[in-house]
Parts: sequence; structure tokens; C-alpha cells
Amino acid sequence: MQLILEKRAQASRLMHFASPVLAIGLTVILGGLIFAAMGQPPLKALYLYFIDPLTNLWSIEEVLVKAAPLVLIGVGLSVTFRANVWNIGAEGQLTAGALLGSIIPIFFASWQSPLALLVMLILGMIGGALLAAIPAFLKVRFGVNEILTSLMLVYIAHLLLDWLVRGPWKDPHGYNFPKSVSFEGWQLIPTFGDGRVHLGLVIALLIALLLYWVMTRTIKGFEVRVIGAAPRAGAFAGFSQSRMVWFCFLLSGGLAGLAGIIEVAGTIGQLQPNISPSYGFTAIIVAFLGRLNPIGVIFAGLLLAVSYIGGEGVQIELGVSDKTAQVFQGMLLFFILMCDTLIHYRLRLLKGNGGAQ
Amino acid sequence: MKKLFTVAATVALASAMSVSALAADKLKVGFIYIGPPGDHGWTYQHDQGRKAVEAELGDQVETVYVENVPEGPDAERTITRLARQGAGLIFTTSFGYMDPTLKVAAKFPDVKFEHATGYKRADNVSTYSSRFYEGRYVIGQIAAKMSKSGTAGYIASFPIPEVVRGINSFLLGAQSVNPDFKLKVVWVNSWFDPGKEADAAKVLISQGADIITQHTDSTAAVQVAEEQGVYAFGQASDMSAFAPKALLTSIIDDWSQYYIARTQAVLDGTWESTDTFGGMDAEMVGMGAFENMPADVKAMAEATTAAITSGELHPFTGPIYKQDGSLAAAAGEVIDLGVLLGMDWYVQGVDDQL
Amino acid sequence: MSAYEAILLTIITASTPLLLAAIGELVVERSGVLNLGLEGMMVMGAVCGFAMAQVTGSPWLGVLMAMLAGIAMSMLFAFLTQTLVTNQVATGLSITLLGLGLSGLIGSGFVGMPGIKLEYISIPVLSDLPVVGKLVFGQDPLVYISILLVLGVSYMLKRTRMGLIIRAVGQNHDSAHALGYSVIKVRYACIAFGGMTSGLAGAYLSLVYTPQWIENMTAGRGWIALALVVFSTWLPGRLAAGAYLFGGVWILGLYAQGMGVGIPSQLLSSLPYLATILALIVISTNRRLSVINTPASLGQGFVPDR
Repeated sequence: MQLILEKRAQASRLMHFASPVLAIGLTVILGGLIFAAMGQPPLKALYLYFIDPLTNLWSIEEVLVKAAPLVLIGVGLSVTFRANVWNIGAEGQLTAGALLGSIIPIFFASWQSPLALLVMLILGMIGGALLAAIPAFLKVRFGVNEILTSLMLVYIAHLLLDWLVRGPWKDPHGYNFPKSVSFEGWQLIPTFGDGRVHLGLVIALLIALLLYWVMTRTIKGFEVRVIGAAPRAGAFAGFSQSRMVWFCFLLSGGLAGLAGIIEVAGTIGQLQPNISPSYGFTAIIVAFLGRLNPIGVIFAGLLLAVSYIGGEGVQIELGVSDKTAQVFQGMLLFFILMCDTLIHYRLRLLKGNGGAQ
Repeated sequence: MKKLFTVAATVALASAMSVSALAADKLKVGFIYIGPPGDHGWTYQHDQGRKAVEAELGDQVETVYVENVPEGPDAERTITRLARQGAGLIFTTSFGYMDPTLKVAAKFPDVKFEHATGYKRADNVSTYSSRFYEGRYVIGQIAAKMSKSGTAGYIASFPIPEVVRGINSFLLGAQSVNPDFKLKVVWVNSWFDPGKEADAAKVLISQGADIITQHTDSTAAVQVAEEQGVYAFGQASDMSAFAPKALLTSIIDDWSQYYIARTQAVLDGTWESTDTFGGMDAEMVGMGAFENMPADVKAMAEATTAAITSGELHPFTGPIYKQDGSLAAAAGEVIDLGVLLGMDWYVQGVDDQL
Repeated sequence: MSAYEAILLTIITASTPLLLAAIGELVVERSGVLNLGLEGMMVMGAVCGFAMAQVTGSPWLGVLMAMLAGIAMSMLFAFLTQTLVTNQVATGLSITLLGLGLSGLIGSGFVGMPGIKLEYISIPVLSDLPVVGKLVFGQDPLVYISILLVLGVSYMLKRTRMGLIIRAVGQNHDSAHALGYSVIKVRYACIAFGGMTSGLAGAYLSLVYTPQWIENMTAGRGWIALALVVFSTWLPGRLAAGAYLFGGVWILGLYAQGMGVGIPSQLLSSLPYLATILALIVISTNRRLSVINTPASLGQGFVPDR
């Protein structure tokens, strides 16, 4: 007996929408089994995980705070992956953006105007794009594998941040502890009310919508899809693979950098050695979970944010290790990849020795 | 939009209050950990403190903890969550939680906060830390007695004052026995990277160090020392199980007495915002058993421990020279607390530059 | 033992886990598959190996268990990418994520336990030879296994029919299929081999390098191993050279610190990553080196026509 794939004549519309739902369903079922195996009440755990975070305004706010950087980075990556360009180093680009953007509050703390904030955000984007330009350049010029270079740069960016906040950029009145001065006034991103939700969320949503429009309605979006699906056809159509690499890296790097400065100036309020709980890596899952579609990424970002907040709740209420959240995310990505196969293929079981045709 | 969120916040706060009112009969004590309680180092000892609170005051309190909380944007949320769930007292046990703790404390004036190793306080935020350097002085003396090469290797995490203080105190202790004692330092830029700590230990040993000590949290360096036949010291918790032949003693962080006292204070209604910098006298720093050493060395270590505990001996008593040769403290003078808290220079004899 | 001998020994231990993980991935990539899940397979090997050794008291059973754990993870990858033709990059990442999470759950009961170390093999007489004695004849068994694996894979790829088939499948899966080879079966087998060596690499960490279990103890070594495969231009000999070179840069960074040179430690810590990027550039610029052995269908899924 053998499991084989049969290509569908046409991509299944039904599966296109059913696949994420199916993937989430499978994750919930397997997750429940894992909880049961760990001796925890599965239904209560799943409730705490996925429903409880949405039952009160405080945790909804926290979900939004958490989702904002994931969506912002995720939409950039979704376009990039769509074009078959593999930027795995968004975490480093986030750090670079945070660094460059922080120049304003660290060296020009007295410049208090909305313009200062705007300049910070732009510098953040430039910082991310600059770091992303390295793998892009190496890929285009020398053909160096961009997965590895972008990833190595994550470590380097982290060490640079570490050196800066422990050395030249540390708060002179901070007892030599590793952190910069606290940002003040217009150098912080405005929040809504006295909560933690800040303008970054709005920026993330607007950019997601903008990229959706670019991908579906413009020639650039068409180019991305053609090159991603069939590089040769793209070449015949006169699209340049090199320019696409540059476009993707600058776009996704810039957005990751923007997310970085927004985190620093929005939720943290100063530069410190740890500024991101791996948002840049989690955004890779977000991009795939949102099936490389900017609108899908918004939902995927929210879903992952819920799983973080819920995972924390489970940890406190049931005393379950924080690793379960990671396992859930891994399973979710697995199932979505599996289910997506069903869009283009039908699964068939062949009886007997089917492999020989 | 703005208004909506203000309303939301008020509702949220109100519901938080009602929760804490319900739980008022039993005090809920929350702990935020930077690592897993099983790290056998920093977090492990804080968790021992939490367990001590449960054991001592179990009928009046309930403890809860969150592990592996990164020192970034997540810290503020996690602390808020504990406060919202009715915790009356929250210990945030890593330096990086300082600003988040203060932010949350401002929103929850009725909840008491205790932040470890920081320097910012508020009406409902205390700070506390240990004079770990007292233990470092003792092991420095032992090292100088036990070393044949007169060189020790020090595996350090990050150049923050606490770590620099420990390095200096260790060397001052060693120099009180052998004025020519040398110290090599390797920074691994991590609190917890066993592979790198092990590599650093091997490198230091190959460079002539026959004593290994570390200000990182894993037991890797101690294991390397055991294997290569040199001596080592445990850090934060008793690590003798990892190196029965190599371990001379361990510096043990003991938070139990402090945690019990502070919890009791909240129960009694006598809690006040304070700054505690406790050492051996306050039982916040303890020494493990003195093993694998001759009786005279052991006697010396015990005498030094007793002298520090009684206040007779302060490790940072002059004459102390900085690395560049300038005088940091004249004979008999004790370096003042402010300088200790922000220490960013080495004493003479450290083979490294900050 | 002289200082330089000690340093060389340290370099060998630092390089061996990289070499173990990379030699398997080299075979996987030769068959045209890109498995980015090394880190996840390694960490599962580390935890399962450690747990088995603790429970049974036998580090060798631990090594066996680690290999099985690596194979199990790799089969998950194979099922998705080969049978269901999912995207290999994304699937590899999810293996890494799942491995890091699962290993934390499995290992939670084993944190803080002193491990059981795999004993060194010391060949009598020979290991007492001056200069080379300890270096060549006094290593732990997995070091010898890693070297045997390099020699074996090199021979297999170059001189055997099996090697020919693997290379054919990686070069052009459609022609290989037309010639009657089962592309998917060959790739399944290669992926399993890769999982096994990654598991071994994990066992090296938790049973030899630092005999204990700690969450995320692979600390990014899987990714370095991946970079080494590209660096090697898919040649086993060059892979071994690259692994030892990398270990050397890593240890020398620490060595320089111990000597008291006044370079920021962060810069020294970033040297290995900078070196990797530079090495990748050098290799990629030299077309003659890189193109010959690059598997042409690397990373592409294969669905047989029916």
C-alpha cells in the first residue's frame, strides 16, 4: 500500500479556505492529546490557550501589542518568500533598525517634536534595509546563499547591540548597567489611552493593506508572483531576478527595521541587550501561516499572538512549561504545510505495489 | 479610540481589584524568573527561596511563578498579569526587569514589588541584592593557597558592576595570600551557554590557570575542571555533585530568609520600600562545604568567612590600586558603596582590559 | 600536555558536533534535498540521548537513542517534503521549532543532573607518543566516528554505485526517474542518514562536550553546520577542513581573551560568523569550485508523472 499524490487539474477553491481551518483543528486536537499525556485537563488547557486571551479587554490589548511587530515583519517576509527569496535574518534587521533609529533619542534627546519621531521611524527602516542589503548584494554579486548570510548577520547584529549598550551608548547615570537612556516625550510612540497599544499597530495594519494592494493590483505584485512561481517565465517576460532579490530584501529588511524601532520606542522605551523575543523568527511562521498573503498574515499574526498570551496563561494556571507554546507553533506550521498540499494535490492510497506504475 | 481604551483600562482595573479582594484571605506571592528553575544556578536559588516561603508561611500564602521571561517587551505584560491576578507581592528576579517593574508598580499602587539587583525604587517598589563579592573574597584566598601556577581563570558573563566587583574581590582575596597572584578573564557574553563556558575553561587551563571560577550560571566549567584535574568553585548553588574531586566550595545565593521576611512584612502590614544589600551577615550569601583542601586552608577560609560575617573584615579595604596604578583606596579606607555599585574598573593584577 | 596540544584538543571537541551534523546534511543535499531542520534534529538527539543514558546508565545506549531520535525527526521532514511535496525551507524551519520545543518538554525532568560521560578511548602505548599521541590516539569515540563518516561518505559518493545514484538524483531528478531510480526512496534514505548524524551531533553535546541537559544547548550549531556544507562545496574532505577551521576561529577568539588582548569580547564572539560569511563569499566567487558539485535540483520537490 502506498500513499501517492495526484495533481488536481485546478487548484481547489474549497481547500484554499479550508486548509488553514483544518490545520488549526489538527493542532488543537493533537495539542489536547499532548496536554492529556502530560496529565493536564485538555479542555481547560485549550480554553486557556486559545479562548481565554480573547475574553477580556486587557489581554486583547496585549494580543494586539504582540501581534503588531509580527504582522509588520510577516507581511514583508510574505512578499519575499512569494518571490522565492529567502530572508531568514529578519531578527537581525529588526535589531539594526532599532539601533539606527535610537540615534535620535540617545544623541538628540532634546529634539522634541513629532518630526523627531518620524525621523526615528525612517532611520529604523533604513537600518533594517541596510543590514538586509548585505545578503542581497552578496547574492546578486557573488551568488552567495542568502539563507545563511542573512542568518549569520543576526548574531552579528545582536553582538553589535550588546557592545553598544554596554559601551558607548549606555546610560551615563545607569550605574554601568547595560541600557541606554530612557526615551522621552515625542521620541516615544504615542499609545491609545493609558494602555499599551500604540500607533505601531495602526502602522502595521496600513502597511499590510498597502502590500495586499501592491501584490494584487500592481505590475510589481505580478512580477513577484511570476518570478516566484516560474523564474524562467519571469526572465522571458523581462523581469530581472537580481532586481527582485534587491526589492525583496530592502522591503522585508526595511519593515523588520521599522518593527525594531517601534518595539524600542513603543513598548520598551529604551535600548537594552534584549529587545525582541525572537519576533523576526516567529514572523517566518506568521508569513507561512498567512499563506504568504498580506491579509492572511494579519490573521496569522493575531493567532500567534493569542498563542503566546494563552501559553503564558496556561503556564501560570496549570504550571505547564513555557515550551508548550513553541511546540504548538511548530505543529501549527507543520499542519498548515501539510494541508496546503491538498490545494494542488489529491491524496490517494494505492493498494499493492503501486510504486512501479 | 482613545476614549474606548481608557474605558477598557478602567474596566480591566476594576475587575483586577475585585479579583484581589476575593483572594485577600490568602496572600498571593508572584515570582518572575529569567531562566528555568532547573538551571541549577541563579533561577534555581530564587525558586528555592520561593519554596522556603511556601514551607514557612504555606497556610497564609500561595506562590506562583513564570519562568523564562525575556527582559524585553514581554516582561511588563507578565508582571502586569500577576498583579491583575491578585498577587499582593511580586518578586522580579533579574536586573532587566527594572523599568517594567516600575511601570507596572505605578499602575498597581496597592501591590508591593521587589526588584532584584536594580537601583530604581518607588513607594511600592523595594530593591534587594546580595554582596556576592564577600564569597568571592573567600574563594580568592582559597585559590591562592591551592594554586601551584599562581594563576586563576575567571569565566565571566557580562561586564556589569556586579561581575566586575566579583572579579576584583576574588583577586583582592587571592593577593592577600599571594601578592603576585594573576587572574585571566574570558567573557563569554552569556549567562548560560554551557558549550562556550566549557571551551573557555579549557582555554584558560591551557594558558596555565589551575583554578577555574565562573560568574555564569551553568555547571559546564566545573565539569571541565573535574575532567582536567584542576580546582573549581561553584557559583550560585552547591555544585559539588558535578565535580566531587575538583570542587573546593561554592558561593551560595540564599534568598530564603529575605523572601520570608518580606512576605511576613506584607502579611503584618509593615512592608515599606527599602533597599537591601545583604551579605553573609544577613545570611543572603553562604558558603558550601570546604572540600578537597588541607586543614590549614580550610581553617583560613572559615576564619575569613567568620570575619566577613561579623563585619570585622571588608573585602574592599585599602590599600587598593586600580589596574592603571592609580590609588583607589588608601590603607585602611573602605571603598564606598556608591563606587562599588557602579564599579567599572579592575584592580591591579587582572590580565584583561575592560 | 603542552599548551598547543591542549588547544588543538579543544578545537577538535568544538568542531566535532559541527562535522557530525554537516556530514549527514552533505549527503542529504547531494540527493537534492535541503533540510534546514538540523538544529531541531540535533537538540532532539541531545535530549533523548541524555535521557536514555540517565535512565539506563549506559552512554552508548544514549548514543543509539540520539540517533533514533534524529532519524524520527528527519522522517517527519521526509514525509512532508517528499510524500506531500511541501516547501523544504519552511518544513525545515518547523522541524527546528518543533525540536526546540519538544526537547524542552522531554528534558524538563533532566535539567540540573550531572550527566554520564562517554569514556575516552585511549589506545595504549600509542596515546603516550609525544606530540601526536593524545591528539591522534586519545580522543573520545565519537571523534573517530566522525572521521570514519567523512572517509566513508567520501568513498561512497565517489566510488560506489550508491553514490552515483544519489548524485544522479540530486543532479536531475527527472532523468534519474526516467532511468528507473526511485527518486523518493533514495531521498528518504539520505534524509534518514542526515537525521542519524544530526542525532549523533546532539549526543556529542549532551554526552561528551558538556555532559548535561540544558534547554537550547545546541545554541545555533545546526545553522553553522549548514553553512559548512555550502562552504565545503559538497565535498567531504573540504567539509572536515572547514569544520576544524571554524572550531579554530571559535577557540582562538577565547584564547585571545585569555591572553588579555584589549579587543571587545563581542567582536571576538562575532568572528566565527564573520568568518563564515567570508568563507561563503570566497567559495561562491570561485565558480570553478562551486558549480561542479552543486546539486542542480537542490531544494526542489519531486512529483513523479503518472
